[in-house]
Amino acid sequence: MVNKKWIAMLLAGGQGSRLGELTHELAKPAVSFGGKYRIIDFALSNCTHSGIDTVGVLTQYQPHLLNAYVGKGSAWDLDRNNGGVSVLPPYQGKNGGHWYEGTANAVYQNIHYVDQYDPEYVLVISGDHIYKMDYTRLLQSHVAHGAHATIAVIQVPWHEANRFGIMNTDTTDKIVEFEEKPDQPKSNLASMGVYLFNWKILRKYLIQDEQNPVSSKDFGKDIIPKMLADGSSMYAYRFDDYWKDVGTIQSLWEAHMDLLGKNPAFSLNDQKWQIYAGNANHPPHYISPGAEVKQSLVNEGCIIYGQIDHSVLSYNVQVGAGTTIHDSVIMPNVTIGKNVTIERAIIANNAVIEDGAVIRPVKQSDDIILIGDRQKIFTHI
Amino acid sequence: MGNVLGIINLINEKPFLKELTQHRCMASVPFGGRYRLIDFTLSNFIHASITKVGVFTKEKYRSIMDHLGSGKEWDLDRRNGGLFILPPVHPDEKMKGDLEHFYDHLEFFQRSHEETVIISPGYHVSKMDFNDIMAKHKADQADITVVYKDYHGTSVEKPIYHTCTFDEEETVTDIELYTSPVPGEHVCLETFVISKKLLINLIINCVGNGEYDLIKDAVKANLHTLRVKAYHFTGEMPFIHSVESFHSGNMAFLNPEIIRSNFYDSWDLYTKVKHEAPVNYGLSSKTSNSLIANGCEIEGVVEDSILFRGVKVHPNAIVKNSIIMQRGEIGEGAYLENVIMDKQARITKDTVVMGGFHPKVIKKAEII
Repeated sequence: MVNKKWIAMLLAGGQGSRLGELTHELAKPAVSFGGKYRIIDFALSNCTHSGIDTVGVLTQYQPHLLNAYVGKGSAWDLDRNNGGVSVLPPYQGKNGGHWYEGTANAVYQNIHYVDQYDPEYVLVISGDHIYKMDYTRLLQSHVAHGAHATIAVIQVPWHEANRFGIMNTDTTDKIVEFEEKPDQPKSNLASMGVYLFNWKILRKYLIQDEQNPVSSKDFGKDIIPKMLADGSSMYAYRFDDYWKDVGTIQSLWEAHMDLLGKNPAFSLNDQKWQIYAGNANHPPHYISPGAEVKQSLVNEGCIIYGQIDHSVLSYNVQVGAGTTIHDSVIMPNVTIGKNVTIERAIIANNAVIEDGAVIRPVKQSDDIILIGDRQKIFTHI
Repeated sequence: MGNVLGIINLINEKPFLKELTQHRCMASVPFGGRYRLIDFTLSNFIHASITKVGVFTKEKYRSIMDHLGSGKEWDLDRRNGGLFILPPVHPDEKMKGDLEHFYDHLEFFQRSHEETVIISPGYHVSKMDFNDIMAKHKADQADITVVYKDYHGTSVEKPIYHTCTFDEEETVTDIELYTSPVPGEHVCLETFVISKKLLINLIINCVGNGEYDLIKDAVKANLHTLRVKAYHFTGEMPFIHSVESFHSGNMAFLNPEIIRSNFYDSWDLYTKVKHEAPVNYGLSSKTSNSLIANGCEIEGVVEDSILFRGVKVHPNAIVKNSIIMQRGEIGEGAYLENVIMDKQARITKDTVVMGGFHPKVIKKAEII
């Protein structure tokens, strides 16, 4: 086996319980996003564009769809003779097997997988975020600092800083302190869940952490604080482009709204950094006479008779005449009848909305409405 | 079905589509917003479980090779069988006919394990069920089955179609070559089912006699010695033999029923996958009765048109009754009507381009 300069370990086992019904039958990284993608496509496409040709995808919760979707990775050009993508679920070894107990434990259990490639660096990322990032810049910064670990950070609004893992740094961006969800944040540099480690060092810490009976076996809670406490050379890498954690219905909806408009906060139509997605074969969409589509993203396979404004429609969505859709996200294969009203809602895959139904929050300030997978909605909500 | 070798014969293509086939063969002409003409035949083959396909090319085949690649999109990247592109063996010599080309690649036929061969051109826009054709071929105990369709196209100026006549048992009695068919006449779709063994014999015998034309020298010349049966194809299929009929054949897809019958209610139509984002509709966009492929950005007006992948329509631009192929760009305030715009062409700001009964063709990468 040829040794690799770097490989990526993509954490895709999370349940994403705050996404409610959307993750009833699938893992969060497999949730549909942006009309034709799944959340994991962003991390995988970033790997491809950054020249990373070996990616281990760690799956655990509801893995069937994700396993089939990632497959041998050809959608992301990751079907390689040497390396490529490998789906890594928990397994049984000679000494038994265990579920992945935390993010660090998940990588620990796959030490042999990583060792096969004898990489100098390991990039640990998650399949939960919407962003376009050139990881080679992170690597350059890591090498320039001679760091043991480099953590990508993004400035978040101060009032939200208490929701994130916050890095306190010195003037050279060396990390001096890490606080998980601090009440009184001293910095607004939030960890993006993108870590680059020297493999030899990380390997040592993973083994050490495994022997600690009280550890939660998590990168953020255990490995990073321990490395800091030991005086490891750890740096923050500042990322100043779009990054969004889509862990809640509200943030998932917001991230979709960020795709809209003439100069959207996050553009999917970037020829230099295309987001690749697996196995889709649908005809062009059809907009009928009398339909009206404005400020929206519409994917292939849709047939539209109604009015769409400021919304995202995924593939094979059918919208009947007299129907209006505003500020909403319609996931794949949804059938919407005639004279339906949908506002500020996320409609999950395969739902059926019957003629005349009204789906909207009572007040504008209310939560976004979620209609779950394969639900049938007849009347008012 | 299995045990069938699919042949896509690009040798007999005619330059009906003028500018559109200046740099590519007809089978490679874009169609329906995201497809190439050859996708229909290939997808029909796949539906019939044909896993080995030979594409016999004559000229201008860079585009088709790029499109087909390894054949992965049609599940033809196989360890056994799969996709074979068979270009001319003697590119400096004028090809005498498709049989000569088949003869040059005789080994391809001889080494195939399949017992039956289906030969089809690469430009039919139809969902043709080869399982059904094969079943009839077998039931008829035919040596050759000839697929025909009742003509319903516009009248042709030049005699370009072959028509067939048959008796009450659908045994083909004559094939008239190069005719101008009237509606209802039985037009040969140049699509045949034949056993591989017989085909090899016919190829060797014909070429030995200095005969090089499949339909004339192998099929028509043997009507009285072989059992040649007709198969009536009754499905939808436009007769494409001119820029106008290509335009109207495309426009026929601006109909939800046709869309449903082609894309939802029958087998999949596969094509090369591109990773284009969903279509971005702007605040000022107005789209009606149109088929729009991914990657488009629409800020102007689009009516009764087909937009391929990655087309940009700027504000106040108007596109009517037109076909805009991949990566076309329509500048602000421009007006297009009855136009077929080839790939990567660009219409500058406030320019007006109108075709009449004959759609105006804008060449690939042309800037107006």
